[in-house]
Amino acid sequence: MRPTDVQYTREHEWIRMEGDEAVIGVTDYAAAELGDVVFVELPEPGTKISTGQSFGSIETVKAVEDLYAPVDGIVLEANPLLDGTPEKVNEDPFGDGWLIRIEVSGTADSELLSEQEYSAEVGEA
Amino acid sequence: MTQTRRTPLSDWHEAHGARMVDFAGYLMPLQYEGVMGEHRRVRRSVGLFDISHMAEFHLRGGQARAMLDRLVTNNVGRLAEGRVLYTAMCREDGGVLDDLLVYCLASDHFLVVANAANREKVFRWLDDHRDGDVELEDASDATALIAIQGPDSLKLLQQWPRARHLADELTALEYYHSLDIELGGVPCVLSRTGYTGEKGYELYLPADEAVAVWEELLEAGAVFDVAPVGLGARDTLRLEVCYSLYGHELDEEHTPWESNIGWVVRLKKPVDFIGKQALSQQKSEGVRSGIHGFQLEGKAIARAGATIHAGGREVGRVTSGTFSPTLERAIFLARVENSVLDEALEVEIRGKRIAVRQVEIPFVPVRVKD
Repeated sequence: MRPTDVQYTREHEWIRMEGDEAVIGVTDYAAAELGDVVFVELPEPGTKISTGQSFGSIETVKAVEDLYAPVDGIVLEANPLLDGTPEKVNEDPFGDGWLIRIEVSGTADSELLSEQEYSAEVGEA
Repeated sequence: MTQTRRTPLSDWHEAHGARMVDFAGYLMPLQYEGVMGEHRRVRRSVGLFDISHMAEFHLRGGQARAMLDRLVTNNVGRLAEGRVLYTAMCREDGGVLDDLLVYCLASDHFLVVANAANREKVFRWLDDHRDGDVELEDASDATALIAIQGPDSLKLLQQWPRARHLADELTALEYYHSLDIELGGVPCVLSRTGYTGEKGYELYLPADEAVAVWEELLEAGAVFDVAPVGLGARDTLRLEVCYSLYGHELDEEHTPWESNIGWVVRLKKPVDFIGKQALSQQKSEGVRSGIHGFQLEGKAIARAGATIHAGGREVGRVTSGTFSPTLERAIFLARVENSVLDEALEVEIRGKRIAVRQVEIPFVPVRVKD
């Protein structure tokens, strides 16, 4: 079920490399654990993000969770759908519920996990 | 730390996919399909809540009424049989020990319902102030409590075979009244009370009947789209209508007037209740802070504990905050100094100061009497 063309982090994010660019989102596991997403706070285009640093947050009814950058990069676009329909994160975390598109600077982090590794990490292998 | 207690329905919740949490020492359902959906179901039709974690104490004896009247701020002296009273129980200094429901089941028999987190504290307080002839029983473990809440709650109960013989009494049951009844041979107390701001009922029954009754109620309510509702939606529902929650708006450090339940203090009742002197004094000197309601326009949610600022000064703290499923925006209650309410206020969320707008409370109209 979980896509194999993306890589995963232990913070339950995914990243799809597309040449020099990448798209980042949260996993289905995170979306289910978080519960109903009501706001997503994302950086403006042009913002620099750094591996392991918070680049935004997800507000649910009960709690707020930080979003951590899986790689270094510069934000190109934040998903415009999430302004009016934040529930896309719950409904389609690997599709319409993506968070940001970035220009990747430097090499991807070696800590990134494959689909198989991530599924084992969350106890579903 | 003591072991987590289970309600008579904890097994049922786990078997039906609820996400479980430890709440006040009890393993409770946080949510089933999701807080937003469960919340909207209660505002639209009807939902079932397992709130068996609540504590139930029975006081029996000729002096039970007088004893209770000395321990709580509201007027138990005038509580008629079949009526329910919401009240605070205070320390000598006016700090709130707990908020309670008091049921007059008979002139010499009262049921006191306390918050689960305060079960031991309230029992001890009652026992320490017990009148010689009053018998005090902690029935919390033996008692299950199911809340049926929402505009279709009465229709659900009317569909329930066990309650069919009570159709007229049910229809006539007014807000904050109760029935001491048998349902299919099982002794129960049913009251028109709740914590959602909707028309609703709370049903006290023996623990060993809880699963059967729960499933019957789900079946009876199927035509009204009934479903179980977890503590997550219980919290968003009560916060929209600004019902105080112990540990948030209510605590021992603040009086009822500082906690949005000042209306339960009856200084004129003809009994010297515990806390009366301190509360009288605070009233004559003026109450400096209170619970006020605010909205946030942006994408942030102010959570309990966030600080409120006026100019450069801290003037209060958020007691409860969430996203309102009904209003579709962030709402919160905060205890704020009353003198600064005309000033521009800000809340600090994750290091950022954000302007807030004070609004009338409740945020969402209460519809308990429809």
